[in-house]
Amino acid sequence: MLITCPYCGPRDVIEFTYQGDGNRERPEPASQNFEAWNAYVYDRLNPAGDHNEIWQHSGGCRAHLRVMRNTLTHEISSVAFVRGDHASPARGRAEDKP
Amino acid sequence: MSPRRTDTGGRIDRLKTIRFTFDGVAYTGHGGDTLASALLANGVTLFGRSFKYHRPRGLLSAGVEEPNALVTVLKGEVREPNIPATMIEIHDGLVAVSQNRFPSLAWDVNAVNQLGGKILSAGFYYKTFMGPVIGPLKGTRFWMFCEHFIRRAAGLGSAGSAKDPARYERMNAFCDVLVVGSGPAGLMAAKTAADQGARVVLADLEPRLGGSANWSGETIDGAPAADWVRRTVAQLEARDNVRLLPRTTVWGYYDSNTLAALERVSDHKAQPAKGEPRHRYWAIRAGSVVLATGAFERPLVFPGNDRPGVMLAHAAQRYANEFGVLPGQRVVLFTNNDSAYRSALALKQAGAAIVAIVDVRPQPSAEMSALAGEAGAELLSGHAVVATEGGKALSGLKVQRFDMVAGGLSGDARSIHTDCLLISGGWSPTIHLASQAGAKAEWNAGRQAFLPPKPTQKWIGAGAFTGSFSTLEAIAEGSASGLAAAGGTGTPAALPAFEAVPGDPDPAPVFEIRAKGKSFVDFQHDVTAEDVRLAHREGFVSVEHLKRYTTLGMATDQGKSSNIPGLAIMAEALGKPIPDVGTTRFRPPFAPVSIGSLAAERFGDLKPERLTPMHDWHLANGATMYSAGLWYRPMIYGLSGETVEQAYVREAKATRESAGIVDVSTLGKIAVQGPDAAAFLDRVYTNMFSTLAVGKARYGLMLREDGFAFDDGTTWRLGEQDFLMTTTTANAGKVMQHLEYFLDVIWPDLKVHVTSVTDEWAGAAIGGPKARQILAACVTGTHVDNATLPFMGIVHGEISGVPVMICRLSFSGEMAFEVYCGAGHGTHVWEALVEAGKPFGLVTYGLEALGTMRIEKGHVTGAEIDGRTTARDLHLDWMLSKKKPFIGSAMMDREGLVAAERLELVGLIALDNRPLNGGAHIVEEVDEANPHGSIGHITACCYSPALGRHIALALVKGGKARHGTRAHVSDPLRNRFGPVEIVSNHFYDPEGTRMHG
Repeated sequence: MLITCPYCGPRDVIEFTYQGDGNRERPEPASQNFEAWNAYVYDRLNPAGDHNEIWQHSGGCRAHLRVMRNTLTHEISSVAFVRGDHASPARGRAEDKP
Repeated sequence: MSPRRTDTGGRIDRLKTIRFTFDGVAYTGHGGDTLASALLANGVTLFGRSFKYHRPRGLLSAGVEEPNALVTVLKGEVREPNIPATMIEIHDGLVAVSQNRFPSLAWDVNAVNQLGGKILSAGFYYKTFMGPVIGPLKGTRFWMFCEHFIRRAAGLGSAGSAKDPARYERMNAFCDVLVVGSGPAGLMAAKTAADQGARVVLADLEPRLGGSANWSGETIDGAPAADWVRRTVAQLEARDNVRLLPRTTVWGYYDSNTLAALERVSDHKAQPAKGEPRHRYWAIRAGSVVLATGAFERPLVFPGNDRPGVMLAHAAQRYANEFGVLPGQRVVLFTNNDSAYRSALALKQAGAAIVAIVDVRPQPSAEMSALAGEAGAELLSGHAVVATEGGKALSGLKVQRFDMVAGGLSGDARSIHTDCLLISGGWSPTIHLASQAGAKAEWNAGRQAFLPPKPTQKWIGAGAFTGSFSTLEAIAEGSASGLAAAGGTGTPAALPAFEAVPGDPDPAPVFEIRAKGKSFVDFQHDVTAEDVRLAHREGFVSVEHLKRYTTLGMATDQGKSSNIPGLAIMAEALGKPIPDVGTTRFRPPFAPVSIGSLAAERFGDLKPERLTPMHDWHLANGATMYSAGLWYRPMIYGLSGETVEQAYVREAKATRESAGIVDVSTLGKIAVQGPDAAAFLDRVYTNMFSTLAVGKARYGLMLREDGFAFDDGTTWRLGEQDFLMTTTTANAGKVMQHLEYFLDVIWPDLKVHVTSVTDEWAGAAIGGPKARQILAACVTGTHVDNATLPFMGIVHGEISGVPVMICRLSFSGEMAFEVYCGAGHGTHVWEALVEAGKPFGLVTYGLEALGTMRIEKGHVTGAEIDGRTTARDLHLDWMLSKKKPFIGSAMMDREGLVAAERLELVGLIALDNRPLNGGAHIVEEVDEANPHGSIGHITACCYSPALGRHIALALVKGGKARHGTRAHVSDPLRNRFGPVEIVSNHFYDPEGTRMHG
């Protein structure tokens, strides 16, 4: 499986660490809503088809990526930085060039 | 010259003689021989004994699909079992032995199993050992009684237990076009793609590229096909954009056009060249793939079809044309298709007499009749072979009239004297890789075969793989696929001239001749046609159930020759067409793969290792090293004649009496920096860090999101926005990822940067009553007295001209300091500390003494923070802040995590004064004969020099409430039982007076 890191380009899956279901929503830190905490920690979608996942490029730039992966075919339809302010990551690189 | 070797012909080097042994007998062969061809040339026909019935078996094939002739290769102490003799290239000194026979191959006592054929039918094990309860030896008990004998009698070669000294490599490769298979189709594809400028990799599992062109005897471009191969390979070899990989089996087709291959680099050499691995594992990423993997010839199923001397027709042709070996002198051919007629002619030309051609079809074509005449063979059309004769070698056979529509036999059986029966039941394209790539095969009624489906990944098929069995088609398809795979738009070079060979590619739909006697479908697993029908009668009609019940196709050859005949017989029993029965999906590997090649450099001398800056010093000063993950750490610094226990007791004692120093460079170190660093740490740790003063350190505990304990360590505040976090050695990477995840995914608004600095700092912990005096003697630029450097204080100074950072904290329980300096100066500072410590009796100590002192103090490590314990279980609830939320705080108070019966950390003292064992269970009342009733287990243990007792830390139900009570260790595996007292985990100096000084 290849994941195209927006920063590093297409890389083998062994460079990445799976960091779980990207649909989880963490309650506010002080939240006392136990149901919400329980859902966040334990509930997973596990769809047969497109799945919103978080992967870390741990063997590369270490950014966290939101990856849309088809669990049946391993086809990856989109990859983006999880962090909004990474939206233009090539910034540094582009500016490096004369 | 050996009796069966032809005087000329073949692609072997008759001038080169190679000596090898098989079952202890010395033989010779020639350069280019396989073990199979060399033994066949020496007149050997018996190669092995079958799996269940121990029937004598000879060569069925000449290639990777061989089910019978499996041998074990011995290299020194190392034995590798179950290798097809057809895939072993002989070299001087090769030692091979046959398998599954006792006491010898020719005389095997277990051959008596043949008489019990009915008993050993399909499902034998299920029926016998899970059957009704009868008598004392019932069900599984009966199995346990018999298992030893059955395992010895059934099966293949045995694996050795010697360590494999061979080296293995892993290689990544990238190409535009990967061509799998180097027959006419594959060669044309590689050549055409290379002409387009594509980067091409051409892999073939045989040592000699060229596939069928090496033995077909056809003519390409006016010359023997084998010469065309040689010229084409030479052209490809000369090109920069082509990599040729002979002896390379492409065994897996994975996502994103990633293919796995095994290159047998030096198995065929007496000695590998310097630095050469035995096998090389290739991970190949291909833009597109050309599958030109050819087809396997199928055997026909009839009684006695497994007798040595019965061989696939093309295999015999191959032995004659490629190796110059005649498998027999008086040859009979038995076929349902046209391809075998050319094999007959080839053997005739090589010098054998073709006695008869038995064809199930009533009316072979005029062209085939002419070929039979040319071969000098009697053509018995509308006939079938119904029996074979002979013992360990074929001596004759019986034929009868056969009606292929009704499947019936009629007339008298006629005997024919023969020493070699060639069989051909049609061809099955080698679609394994396409199937692995995710596509479902489609049945083609004409070819009587599953053909590759529409590609689901970027591959193109060519040649026999697609069901185009003629060389003419192979060349055309190879060229077209090579062009398409390279994305070429130009015109490919003109195709080589090739004269069409007559013959119909479609066989008659005949798979089995039903007559009396054992007819084998799966030769390697001894599955007969009757076994398949039995499975049907007993209701195992799905192809997946058929496979599991009879073990059809589950041997090391994965049913390469047996799948389709088995399926056909089941289809007939069901009265359904073959495609309705379906086929099982092929899974990697295509052929067996050495485990060593998968491990490759992750094992042995190429495995990465992490060494602390002081590593060489430790070695030079007598340390015994201990591997902890990838790290190497001193275990003890033993004096000569000391045992491990004597050494650590001496080191721990000396530390508590004067001072000791230990290398702590392996601790994980993370710089946490930024305006929100303190707020971030408050969320990450259970306790407060925003209140920590600059120049002070604090012990911190982290939980996981689910409320269980995760990791602990000290974090030092070096500046208002600058923290140095330390983690346990084992969790350094995990903690780093944990922090990064929260900063990147959960709290992107926090202005914090985390950087792993584990390798930037060298660390030494120096502890003991004299530790402060030693520091005072060597540190400049700062005082180290109690006022300047209080407990958990941090100072900056110099040791021997090197800037250092010193924090007063203690793991040993003594007055202790951690001294950090730049990694490059680690040994220099370490040596200065050791030198300064000499007058004070400073010792160096290793992990054993470190562990001993931490057990005496009751500190926790990964053995206790094992993913199942909470802060409360470890008596760290005092660290759970109530003033703020933190990771895990919402989940840590769940019902199950605060239950009274949870395992809690306690100390144990052995009352019988004998050593305790990690992992041993604790019970209230011991019953050695019937161990039960565990109330917990030991996590860490040692002999405590401070207490003079054998002590341990344990997780025990009820924990604190049991302090002062007695329990027992119950360790039946190591036969250790005995009384213990449960005490507080703080064995030594619980008030901490020593560390506070």
